[in-house]
Amino acid sequence: MVPFAGHEMPIQYEGILAEHRAVRTGVGVFDVSHMGEIRLSGPGAAAYADLLVTNQAASLPEGKVVYTPMCREDGGILDDLLVYALGDDRLLVVNAANFDKDLAWVRAHAPSGVDVADENVATAQLAVQGPRAEEVVARVMGERVRALGFYEAFATGTGEDWTLVSRTGYTGEDGFEIYVRPSRALPLWDRVFEAGAAEGIRPIGLGARDTLRLEMGYCLYGNDIDESTNPIEAGLGWTVRLDKKEFIGRDTIARVKESGPRRKLLGLLLEGDRIPRHGFSVERDGSAVGTVTSGSMGISLGRPVGMAYLEGDAAAAGSRVDVVVRGQATPAVVSSRPMYREGTVRSPKPRRTA
Amino acid sequence: MKVPPELRYTKEHEWVRVKGNEAEVGITDYAQGELGDVIFVELPQVGSRLAQMKPFGTIDAVKTVSDLFAPVSGEVTAANDSLQTNPALVNQSPYERGWMVRIRLEKPAEVEQLLSAADYEKLLGAHA
Repeated sequence: MVPFAGHEMPIQYEGILAEHRAVRTGVGVFDVSHMGEIRLSGPGAAAYADLLVTNQAASLPEGKVVYTPMCREDGGILDDLLVYALGDDRLLVVNAANFDKDLAWVRAHAPSGVDVADENVATAQLAVQGPRAEEVVARVMGERVRALGFYEAFATGTGEDWTLVSRTGYTGEDGFEIYVRPSRALPLWDRVFEAGAAEGIRPIGLGARDTLRLEMGYCLYGNDIDESTNPIEAGLGWTVRLDKKEFIGRDTIARVKESGPRRKLLGLLLEGDRIPRHGFSVERDGSAVGTVTSGSMGISLGRPVGMAYLEGDAAAAGSRVDVVVRGQATPAVVSSRPMYREGTVRSPKPRRTA
Repeated sequence: MKVPPELRYTKEHEWVRVKGNEAEVGITDYAQGELGDVIFVELPQVGSRLAQMKPFGTIDAVKTVSDLFAPVSGEVTAANDSLQTNPALVNQSPYERGWMVRIRLEKPAEVEQLLSAADYEKLLGAHA
């Protein structure tokens, strides 16, 4: 167990390799109650969410979820988060380590008529992820979950029985995230494990959460993105809606997009067995062209994998670079993201089984 | 967690098995448990000379990389090649099949400076 943003969290239960493979091939459960929830309500909530984030957050159908950065005026990424459209409300689900900063930012910019509520401590969350997740979650939450599309959600119940289910995740596999009040968290955990016993369901720690997301090229705040990076160079241009007239950071981000980013966050697939780590230098013909932001063994890829900000000609899929691992140039191929492309998350209709 | 009584130990969680004028070296059961799944072990060439408590290799687990420190000084007479194809041996069998190098003892007195199993268990107690 390690302390993480005020929570005691497990790096691993039985081992990162086994947990990673369980999520790729079966189903696993992450206790992600550390994630932070901020609810915007009141008549101006949707319009205010739209001002805060780069992606579309106002004109969303009921139950739609969007992934988006939230930026400063200079385009630096304050956090990356999910926005849930729940009636007229917008629920923001942010990184635990950024929660206090985000809450202060959201409160500071809030117009009158928008209520900003801290629901962090009042919300627990389990992520049920893997190709067998739908079977398990349908047994717990009802058949209705099968109809949820990717990045869609529904809420049920009120008070202590409030429950929010979305088809979202951070693994590259099909999966669901279930939010409940803390009094219902342990009973939910028990029901999920009972429902998943036949599928070999197991708990998954932070270690495999990291290796799963890294193979998909998903950003980890603090490693791959932070206030010194902008969404364009981070490869998150698809989350920036410049057709919105106004959002915080719009002018700077539009300029970066217009002139082209100086560097780009891309994937790396290494040859050999050496593992790239955060901060390792990337070279081409002996000259520095970038820095590794995340690295690990790519457990499903069968080779070491990383992400790096790269400059110049090196910043293109297929280019060849060297990662300097303890003084040794280790050959690598630059890859677009995701690096792992076999995941079930892309299936528009996740497969059903009897 | 196992701490075989016949071995000597370092504070850096290596173990040493003295066989004649050679020392076999690996990492302890405690160390492999803390590292988690080992995926790559980088070892010195046979014939390299190691100095006591200087790094001689690295061990990559999924989450982290650690230096390996030489418990004694001397020339490397063997490196465990099977770790190149099966680094998980370090997890599965830290004191036997997961051994890393054999070192020809240059200063046998260095062995006496290493921790006994009882001392090492005390050190682990302080970690708990």
